[in-house]
Amino acid sequence: MTACKHKKMTLAAVALVLALSVCLTASCSGRSDSGVVVAGSTSVQPYIELLAEEFAIQHPGNSVDVQGGGSSAGITAAETGAADLGMSSRDLKEDERLWSVVIAKDGLAVIVNPKNPVSDLSLEQVCGIYAAEITNWSQLGGTPAKIHVIAREEGSGTRSAFEDLVMGDSFRITPKAIVQNSNGAVRQIVAGDPDSVGFISLGLVDQTVKAVKLNGVAAVRENVLEGNYSLYRPFLLVAKAKPEGLSMQFIDFVLSPEGKKLMMDEGLIPLQGD
Amino acid sequence: MKKFKERLSGRIFFTLALSSISALALITVFIISQGAPLIAEVGIIKFIFGMEWAPSRGEFGIFPMIIGSVTVTLGAAVIGVPVGICCSVFLAEFAPPAMSNLFRPAIQLLAGIPSVVYGFWGLLFVVPAVRNLFGGPGLSILTGSIILGIMILPTVISISEVSILALPRQYKEGALALGMTHWQTIYAVMLPAAKSGIVAAVILGIGRAVGETMAVIMVLGNAVAVPESILDPVRTLTTNIGIEMGYASGEHQQALFATGIVLFVAIMILNSFAQYVTRRK
Amino acid sequence: MKLTPAQSERIAKTMIWAAALLVIGLLLFIMVYILVKGLPVLSLQFLTDIPRSMGRAGGIASTIVGTFMVTALAIAIVIPFGIGTAFYLAEYTKGNIVTRIIRFSAESLAGIPSIVYGLFGFIFFVIYLGLGWSIISGGLTLAFMILPTVIRTSEEAILAVPHIYREVSFSLSATKWQTISKVVFPSALLGIVNGVLLSVGRCVAETAAVILTAGSSYGMPTSVFSPTRTMAVHFYLLASEGISMENAYGTAALLIVLILLINVVANAFVNRFIAKGR
Repeated sequence: MTACKHKKMTLAAVALVLALSVCLTASCSGRSDSGVVVAGSTSVQPYIELLAEEFAIQHPGNSVDVQGGGSSAGITAAETGAADLGMSSRDLKEDERLWSVVIAKDGLAVIVNPKNPVSDLSLEQVCGIYAAEITNWSQLGGTPAKIHVIAREEGSGTRSAFEDLVMGDSFRITPKAIVQNSNGAVRQIVAGDPDSVGFISLGLVDQTVKAVKLNGVAAVRENVLEGNYSLYRPFLLVAKAKPEGLSMQFIDFVLSPEGKKLMMDEGLIPLQGD
Repeated sequence: MKKFKERLSGRIFFTLALSSISALALITVFIISQGAPLIAEVGIIKFIFGMEWAPSRGEFGIFPMIIGSVTVTLGAAVIGVPVGICCSVFLAEFAPPAMSNLFRPAIQLLAGIPSVVYGFWGLLFVVPAVRNLFGGPGLSILTGSIILGIMILPTVISISEVSILALPRQYKEGALALGMTHWQTIYAVMLPAAKSGIVAAVILGIGRAVGETMAVIMVLGNAVAVPESILDPVRTLTTNIGIEMGYASGEHQQALFATGIVLFVAIMILNSFAQYVTRRK
Repeated sequence: MKLTPAQSERIAKTMIWAAALLVIGLLLFIMVYILVKGLPVLSLQFLTDIPRSMGRAGGIASTIVGTFMVTALAIAIVIPFGIGTAFYLAEYTKGNIVTRIIRFSAESLAGIPSIVYGLFGFIFFVIYLGLGWSIISGGLTLAFMILPTVIRTSEEAILAVPHIYREVSFSLSATKWQTISKVVFPSALLGIVNGVLLSVGRCVAETAAVILTAGSSYGMPTSVFSPTRTMAVHFYLLASEGISMENAYGTAALLIVLILLINVVANAFVNRFIAKGR
């Protein structure tokens, strides 16, 4: 009798758990109505957020939701469908076979505290700093102090672009580097610590930090445009397949003259042509 | 009808309980199933004692993070435990009633403040203070220990206080009757008698410190190297997950789940130990 | 040199008072600082406007809605399961193996870091069940996170109901269900509510688990399937990325006020619960 009762109860319990999970799975199909979900690079995020706000004003009733996460996460999210579009601040790797479009170029600035007398570095010196071969500002003509190296985290498009452009294949960013997970956080630390050095998106450089010249070339947009400044990377939007509907409308808006002007105003370098 | 209601209610409660436990089991199973393959692939020894963490190069060693968690947690305990125990003694023995009525909710509030607020406060005040007083980048083990030391206070204080208050009154009265001073009574009689509760409080406080994520992300600097001094930046197990999770895919993501397993096991051990200590009484 | 008992008494007392004042001082410092910087930012416009340009401008309306929805969902899910489990543990079993397993797992899982719940929620709800970054993913994850605590606090409240109540009820030939629903539940209610309220506080304050599961997009959510950014996440992003200190302080001040309110209400409940027990 008791055994039978237990069995019944267990059955009831299993049924409830099953019912719950069915409800949950069923509810999944309810997603994606009149909104586009964009996720990925925290470097691209601010610009896409601005564009999304403008897009929503022009297309009432539709929303573009923008998530951070990082380039790799964005690419994965686009692949798995967790997001309609992914944002990446680096080129796709060979095994990442996705539809993609370059929306702009972004310079990478090496930044130091405004109080730091050093204002011109060579690419080799930057590489040396990040490889922990140069560890004191006095080696670079600055006031003697240990260099506090600040980098981005693994998976960040900014980090991998920096690794490709500065470190090359033979050097790697020292594990002793302080790691922050956004451009803004790097900028904030550098703004507060006179002995630190970091790298951030050129569009986000403000008066709280100083962008150093690289091989004598100032880190400004014009120099990226003219090809004099070598540290820049593409900003991409990626999708599983060529997007349709609202996602495509959004991409069209981003690439429209209006979208380009918005990006330009925020410090990005839109692609030339049309 | 009455009997039916009776049986039904019993079953509903049982079902709810069973669902809860399956939910909790689900978490355990899921985390282990996501992380275990990577541990198996890398090898548990290499994973735990590996010095290199560079997921993009396929290197998954979390030893620097284990060191980070251990040092920061120890630091937090060194700072938070004495202050916490003093406060619990204060509450249980010294505070005038009006004050303890104010103090207790205050401690609860301290527990309720979002961890990001602590992190932010640390970034504003503790980081520059450490940088200016001791040198280094300011984002360091010391800074993290101070913040976590504050954050574990509510846990340490409330549990120790309860265990001191739970002592039979005869202990205190007997000691006082023998001519001991108030402090001698506390030090020689009450604290030793409340030891198991206080130890549990400390362990749970340590558990809280090990598990904290957002506050330490902001103040620890997150470097993946084994620190040489308490002024060096470090990364803990939790911040390793917090800082890279959004960014990870494939093996990298599995590696973070594997980090989660290590954390999970560590907390389970700590909690079981705390439970064991409390039960032994 | 050996201290006389009177001397050591004085030293110990001073240190204990110092520790207590230090802790209160720290609490006041943190709270007052945030409130002084943040309260002036809180205007009607700030509370009713959605964030613009990453939170540099505009208000925090959508993050308030997001916080509310995620928390409400978590609490709505956790209440039947948590309290039901607590009743099962406290009233229906007497230390059998099932009870011991549930109690052990509840106690152990209560200490698991929220980031681990975030990991689980991200993989299970966001990816595996395909719910995406959404209010529902966030709410479910938080429900899992607070479940152990709710079970424990509810069970404690139920066990605190004097046994004599039940005996009297049974002796009046009430059934078990009648006893539970008419006698035990009303007596334990205040204690249960107190536990639930503290969990509400935890949900509101949580960042790590929410950022991984509910996302960080700050548009006004349109349904439970929309991604959202809670106030704590908003504050974290504003503060750590240095987007707008002013708005960060404003958000933090509102968070602190909310937590303060929740604590005051929870305390009122627990005091009444204690008063009633006497």
